[in-house]
Amino acid sequence: MTEVINLRNDLRAIERTVASLVERGRAVGFDDNLLRLNLRVGLTEALANAMLYGNNRDPRKRVRVEAEFDPQRIMIRVTDEGRGFDPEQVDDPTKPSNLHKIGGRGIFLIRKLMDRVEFNDRGNSILMILDSRSGGVRERAGGM
Amino acid sequence: MPGRGEMSFDVKKQGDVTVVDVEGQLIVGNRQELKQKVLEELEGGARKFLIDFSSTGYIDSSGLGVLVSLSKKIREQGGELRLANLNEDLRTLFELTKLDTLFHIAGSRDEALTSF
Repeated sequence: MTEVINLRNDLRAIERTVASLVERGRAVGFDDNLLRLNLRVGLTEALANAMLYGNNRDPRKRVRVEAEFDPQRIMIRVTDEGRGFDPEQVDDPTKPSNLHKIGGRGIFLIRKLMDRVEFNDRGNSILMILDSRSGGVRERAGGM
Repeated sequence: MPGRGEMSFDVKKQGDVTVVDVEGQLIVGNRQELKQKVLEELEGGARKFLIDFSSTGYIDSSGLGVLVSLSKKIREQGGELRLANLNEDLRTLFELTKLDTLFHIAGSRDEALTSF
């Protein structure tokens, strides 16, 4: 069953939304370490990006969150009302020339912490999948 | 301890080091408060800073960005910044983003204080 949440474009909504979905994950018995770090970080970054950049901080716009939970897999889609962007244009923040930059780490973290990340063609919707069978964050990151 | 989503910080001097204890979460909604406070101290002449994260549950990418910005501004003024007491999750975020190569991260407050 897909849970749907329609959020006002308000950064203050992020924390309680993330907390609520983390609790949903706990309720179905999903791995707590992955909930605490991977889901929390990935979802927080996706929501912040949607509100700040996708919806351009416009308080009239909304962000749609669709989530499905089972004990092995969590799927979350975050959609904003913006024009979209090209995720391939986002530079690698770990390049030495980018390390001192203040921004540009959100999508990178989502990609590192989620097992599958897909954008729609328009670029205003991100699908994130977390699989408890894929191991912890260090395995996902290819070892560190 | 601040409630969910809230952040508070406590600033005190230990010798010539300005120690900032961050409680709660350093995230997109509150990161500017920390930045403003540290910059005020910098403008007041402080040059050695230690940010202690022992009571910090979570930092998002904008929180990381504020730390990068502060590091740069402190360095421009001839100062130094240390971070201390990152929990395992926070350490993972710094390692993933390679920001552990940018900051001086200490395992404890004492280790940070003696490293200046």
